[in-house]
Amino acid sequence: MAVSQMIGARIQRREDPRLITGHGRFIEDRTLPGMVHLAVVRSPHPHARIVSIDTAAAGAAPGVLAVLTAKEFHTVLSGTMPVAPAFAPDKKYVPPRFPIAEQEVCFQGEPVAVVVASERALAADAVDLVHVEYEPLPAIVDPEAAMHPGSVKAHTDGPDNIGWDTTFAGGDIEAAFAKAEVRVKERILQQRLAPTSMETRGVLAQYSPFDERLTIWLGSQNPHFIRFFVSMSMGMPESAVRVVAEDVGGGFGGKISPYPEDYLVPAAAKLLGRPVRWIETRTESIQTTTHGRGQVFEAEVAARRDGTLLGLRLTQVLDLGAYHGTFGAFQACAGLMAGGVYRWEAVEARSVGVLTNKVPTDPYRGAGRPEATHVCERMVDRLAQELGMDPAELRRRNFAREFPFTNNFGLVYDSGNYDGTLDRALELADYPALRERQAEARRAGRLVGIGISTWVEICGFGPAAPTAGATGGIALVESAQVRVLPTGSASVFVGTQAQGQGHDTTFAQIVADTLGMPLETIELRHGDTAEGTGFGCGTYGSRSLSVGGMAVQQAAVKVREKARQLAAHLLEADPDDLVFEQGRFAVQGSPATGKSIQEVALAAYGGSLPSGMEHGLEAVSYFDPSNWVWPFGAHVCLVEVDPETGAVRIEQYVGVDDCGTVINPMIVEGQVQGGVAQAIAQALYEEVVYDGESGQLLTGTLLDYLVPTMNEIPDMTLDRTVTPSPVNPLGVKGIGEAGTIAATPAVINAVCDALSPLGIHHVDMPASPDRLWRLMQEARP
Amino acid sequence: MPHPLTLTVNGTGREDAVEPRLLLVHYLREVCGLTGTHVGCDTSQCGACTVLVDGAPVKSCTMFALQAEGCRITTVEGLAPAGGGLHPLQTAFWEQHGLQCGFCTPGFLMAATALLAENPDPTDEEIGRGLEGNLCRCTGYVNIRRAVRAAAAAMRAGAEPAATAVVGG
Repeated sequence: MAVSQMIGARIQRREDPRLITGHGRFIEDRTLPGMVHLAVVRSPHPHARIVSIDTAAAGAAPGVLAVLTAKEFHTVLSGTMPVAPAFAPDKKYVPPRFPIAEQEVCFQGEPVAVVVASERALAADAVDLVHVEYEPLPAIVDPEAAMHPGSVKAHTDGPDNIGWDTTFAGGDIEAAFAKAEVRVKERILQQRLAPTSMETRGVLAQYSPFDERLTIWLGSQNPHFIRFFVSMSMGMPESAVRVVAEDVGGGFGGKISPYPEDYLVPAAAKLLGRPVRWIETRTESIQTTTHGRGQVFEAEVAARRDGTLLGLRLTQVLDLGAYHGTFGAFQACAGLMAGGVYRWEAVEARSVGVLTNKVPTDPYRGAGRPEATHVCERMVDRLAQELGMDPAELRRRNFAREFPFTNNFGLVYDSGNYDGTLDRALELADYPALRERQAEARRAGRLVGIGISTWVEICGFGPAAPTAGATGGIALVESAQVRVLPTGSASVFVGTQAQGQGHDTTFAQIVADTLGMPLETIELRHGDTAEGTGFGCGTYGSRSLSVGGMAVQQAAVKVREKARQLAAHLLEADPDDLVFEQGRFAVQGSPATGKSIQEVALAAYGGSLPSGMEHGLEAVSYFDPSNWVWPFGAHVCLVEVDPETGAVRIEQYVGVDDCGTVINPMIVEGQVQGGVAQAIAQALYEEVVYDGESGQLLTGTLLDYLVPTMNEIPDMTLDRTVTPSPVNPLGVKGIGEAGTIAATPAVINAVCDALSPLGIHHVDMPASPDRLWRLMQEARP
Repeated sequence: MPHPLTLTVNGTGREDAVEPRLLLVHYLREVCGLTGTHVGCDTSQCGACTVLVDGAPVKSCTMFALQAEGCRITTVEGLAPAGGGLHPLQTAFWEQHGLQCGFCTPGFLMAATALLAENPDPTDEEIGRGLEGNLCRCTGYVNIRRAVRAAAAAMRAGAEPAATAVVGG
């Protein structure tokens, strides 16, 4: 095996020069000649019947080209927006969804009409002139209330509000609970969150009537899926539609699924014969971009007095919002992962998806796995408290230790070393010293707490067989094309779509090592469905490296092996006698006789090929992993709670994660830092709040929805262990969601530990000063 | 009804006629074609649109273009020295991995430029206070803090000082 130079190296990102100088190419930076602007008329009501829409005044306003409603869009668009089976294939009720409301609006912000005008400001002005007469209907806001028979219905013509009701049985739960010497039970909330990428969504579309071609530019995590869905709705060949995502200003799950505007903007471009652009405002974003989490868990653990875990039983009530998110049922995987890093005799999880009159929920960074980890790690801490056992000790007593490890639902964890990450995290945190510091603080009447979280996740989606069923037909494999040009530089096309993850750098590192080429001669291209392979599944679920990166590696290996054949022909040697090192094929034993990969590339386009060999030096590879990959780790957090105000201060944060082989440690560290910050945000600050009666969104701006600033996020001590995955040749796993999965329970466990002297056993999120102050007031005599 | 506007953008004098309600950020993006300044919200929370107005950091969505009459505006495109190369803050953000998606980065660079012009050796707390008007969703701020510290050290050691690099014209 060649000595690796690039894999594992801290290479500065190739994306950055354009981004730090103001030359990024985001969706709002793209304009076209003759472009006009679309603005959306949205329902102010969470639930109402549309009586009439009067567009006359808006249509006559300055600069307005058209006001379009469902009636006009039905001439261009057909069908209902897609809903994937995901982890709840046996859905009970899936309300149909056309991209624009026709008779009934079911959440505040649902599109009712669009205005197209010559300038963005004029379109916005005219939105206020569209007169929609509504007959308000009762709204259902609380998902648990929505489950009751006789509840107000989110859709008047629906049978009820139950989207799905699925139970995953992993072992004999009754037998496990029958053996229980101790039980703990808790109700645990997962508040609604807004993904809040700093760049909002946006769509630009151009339709050419002459050759019946459509081009869509948009901020997206998966342009190929958008082409797939929009081409079907518009009745166009998939090949006649080109979708392009250039620089994407963050996604976090909010740019995976197709949105109404992804259909309405291209349709308007076709109807008007003009390029049409829509850019989402931040208020629209919080109001209409899919939310994440929004779940309530009832969980119960059965255990022996010595700390041996026996059974875990839980119910997840998932607030779907007004429609099923395309991949909303993905979050039902929380039940399958709720056992975490531990051995259980049985786990049983019921998932109920419930419709309400709110914006739909869909994956948000981690999607189901943060919820699973939070429930599991909270319950393990509750048990430790009940037993008077150190929480680290209780965890160690129950870790899975033999890999591959098959969990209660038959999922096979590929590799792991949970003791290794926990030991290292406790060592870095100096755990005994932390406990001493806590004891001292408590004697002084201060509220100091230590939280531990040991986590594992399922990621790297593929494999083909289960994921094709979960999406409704398309397997989440990944593809790459590596093409070496005559002068020896390479173009690499991938079907993943970065939004800040640095694929231009890391994927090029893989190619550089595999082909022995200088990094600067490798160009990475993604985001344009007109280039590269037939399909790509995009970037989410920490899949890009372990599936897409492996497709890149395999395509590069194919290129290298063709180059070897050609080099052997040129050197008049046996291919098996060639050694490939540092980008050069040399004859074993006579290192002076050789051909560089660049020389071979030129020859591949020349006139001296061996008989039977085709010209060119390029290859396509589709990678279908044999299993998911299972990164893991241990995080430790020290907090102090102000007894007067309820404010939480994070005093120390340590995270030790294991994502197998690391391609670029700088990027891995950055992913963990950002993930931990989003987890701290959920633990302490963020919540999408709707008024329980009126269904009005109360957190509609960044003034109300508290994305943390630099002042709220502490420095972190991060480290890694390396346990390669056996699932792919490089041994890589995923790291994009790790921090978000790991850190929320670490912070909340610390807060609960801090408040435990007051008899407070559980705190819901966000653990805001207001919530903690109230809990402390109630707890104090 | 468009009104005349005279100002300096990145060292170059300009004369335009703009609508009174045109925001400075939209003037820079749509009239000047300087798309490095981004819009991330509609309530002046995110700071992605931060530019320097006569050397002071301003969220350019909070100001009408006409209010910048006679002012010297510096955007991210004008941050690097005129002869080429990068400003020490740009170098530091690159080296310290202080950006991921890069959408908020121009605003951070401009706010940090103003911070270092005022305080060449800020503590972490002072960096936090100086940049609390800017939101980043990707990095968790850890590497942004590192980058500002690194740039401050580089500038104290003699790299091109921010004040002369950015206040052109």
